[in-house]
Amino acid sequence: MNAILVLGILAVVFGLLLGFAAVRFRVEGDPLAERINQILPQTQCGQCGYPGCRPYAEAIAIGEADINQCPPGGEATIEALADLLGVEPKPLNEEHGVEKEKRVARINEELCIGCTLCIQACPVDAIVGAAKQMHTVIEKECTGCELCLPPCPVDCIDMVPLQTDIAHWQWPAPEPSPALEPRS
Amino acid sequence: MKRELFSFTGGIRFDDYHKRESTRQAVVAAPLPARLVLPLHQHIGEGGEALVQPGDKVLKGQPIARAVSYVSAPLHAPTSGTVVKVGDEKVPHPSGLSAPCIVIEPDGEDTWAPRQSHARDYAEMNPSALRNLIREAGIVGLGGAGFPSYVKLNPGHNPVETLILNGAECEPFITCDDMLMRQRADEIVKGSLIIRHALGARQTLIAIEDNKPEAIAAMRGAVQRLAPEHTEVVSVPTLYPAGGEKQLIYTLTGKEVPSDGLPVHIGVVCQNVATTGAIFRAVYHGEPLLSRWLTVTGGVAEPRNLEVLLGTPVDELIRFCGGKPERCRRIIMGGPMMGFALHAHDLPVIKTTNCILVDDGRQPDLAGRQYAMPCIRCGACADACPVRLLPQQLYWYAQAGEFDRCQEYHLFDCIECGCCDYVCPAHLPLVQYYRYAKGEIWKRERERQQAELARERHEFRLFRLEREKKERAAKRQQKKAALAKETSAQGDAQAKQAAIQAALERVKAKKARQTRENTPPEQGDS
Repeated sequence: MNAILVLGILAVVFGLLLGFAAVRFRVEGDPLAERINQILPQTQCGQCGYPGCRPYAEAIAIGEADINQCPPGGEATIEALADLLGVEPKPLNEEHGVEKEKRVARINEELCIGCTLCIQACPVDAIVGAAKQMHTVIEKECTGCELCLPPCPVDCIDMVPLQTDIAHWQWPAPEPSPALEPRS
Repeated sequence: MKRELFSFTGGIRFDDYHKRESTRQAVVAAPLPARLVLPLHQHIGEGGEALVQPGDKVLKGQPIARAVSYVSAPLHAPTSGTVVKVGDEKVPHPSGLSAPCIVIEPDGEDTWAPRQSHARDYAEMNPSALRNLIREAGIVGLGGAGFPSYVKLNPGHNPVETLILNGAECEPFITCDDMLMRQRADEIVKGSLIIRHALGARQTLIAIEDNKPEAIAAMRGAVQRLAPEHTEVVSVPTLYPAGGEKQLIYTLTGKEVPSDGLPVHIGVVCQNVATTGAIFRAVYHGEPLLSRWLTVTGGVAEPRNLEVLLGTPVDELIRFCGGKPERCRRIIMGGPMMGFALHAHDLPVIKTTNCILVDDGRQPDLAGRQYAMPCIRCGACADACPVRLLPQQLYWYAQAGEFDRCQEYHLFDCIECGCCDYVCPAHLPLVQYYRYAKGEIWKRERERQQAELARERHEFRLFRLEREKKERAAKRQQKKAALAKETSAQGDAQAKQAAIQAALERVKAKKARQTRENTPPEQGDS
């Protein structure tokens, strides 16, 4: 009898404790979506079929989207996502695009007519300009999402590869030696 | 009394250090070239900002670029002449890329800008003023890494017990510090007194590898004459990389510099002997860093050390020493272990250039890289590593692109000394794998920061759009309300008007009735 009483009281106490903790330490939002979003490259290009990286992260979190729909992130992102979610990595879904080297938008300032359409399209506000004034891209903040290309009525935006300068140069991987190739 | 020394693990003892060839002749100044190319970025940290424009006449020692941040150094005209270009030129760098440079055509006059000596009063200057003097002289570490010297002279709140002068010069072929110690021992010792004053250090240890007996004798003589107290010349065993900062500190004190710390955190500051000599010249003669001693050796007829103005093209030095730059297989800047092959013959000497090593294809010890074979897991690399890392593990992870694991295995403690590479029986380019892995890790860190910035900007944009929508909605609401008010006001007026009209009508009707009632029916009367 005593045992039942003691266990009963313990159950009530712990129940209250847990209930309190659930209210007190409540986590806002979906932590998984947040962690997935941390991995995504934040290009905001929409190639995955969702309007930005966070919606895609949320879709992955609820199991609606697959992990291989992000071309800018490429293999590295897929691997990191697979690692986080405990699933097997798979190749990038080509329907959404292919992995390319990072490029940034550059406006041909001779041709720009100052229509502001690209400014409205840029997901990270990396284009400055005003109506009937020339526009220009803040290279440092451009994510290379290419969303400014379709709206431009005069086709004056080009995607250019980033110039490597000495400060950003890095040693290349050693060339594989013929002796290391597996024999066929 | 013999000082107790500690020996670090690993390291390499070479059969032949090739130091004799280049120490036979006294050091002379190299001839003045027709054109000096001075890269704005010659050291660790940020490059300088040009102070001159093409066409400007400059005097010897005049500042031509200023430091832009804390870890940065100014640059001075090595001789008098005319600035002919400020722009991109090829610079000595493993990438072979171009970078901003100032090009000067010497006028041959060698006219000095005004100089100020602090030979008598430096002891009364406070350390901060002294540091500034050294900063303005553009002095960076001349041992090879090129860290701005005045930064090292600022210990902050850390008490400094020991100043170590690094005269180990442990890499084969290089002898410029050796020659400097032989010929300018007094200047180095006087320089050490300046540094000790700036740091408030208690003692100075001058460490020299025991394969340089002449340098040890010369330095001992100078110490006897100039600073017999608290200064000691210590002969350390010849073992590559004894001149590595952390290795040298361990050899002399038995203390290890923490993995993410600096020598000053354990009360030690290390300066190269050539840097110390440059500090002497800056303080005693007011001369900024304009030239340096360097070794030209390997496949040249007369290997020797030269005093070279910064910006001098390498091929002229090779020709001066009887070599043929066009016929070289490789020109290595730095030593055989840590140097890199230049991409062109005519690249300029910079502040960190301690050696020009010419590989004409006949140097057995510069055979170049052989084909890499598969790793046989012999572990020789781990035995040779002076930092006690596991080079083989690092290799596997770097090769597989598992850079997180590389970091777990302390990749960033690797000093890229090349010992593992040298002993590897499979000839794996291990150091290049580590450099590649470090570059990838930095790149990912940059990308992560960029992604973070993009995320913030995108979120702000969403917030901004939402806010604009709300503002627009609010405005619309306001307009609607105003309109409604207006219409209702109009309605009111109409209603009033109507009421008045109605009242008037009523009055009219009443009047009409009254007149009708008051008027007697005439028909009846008549």
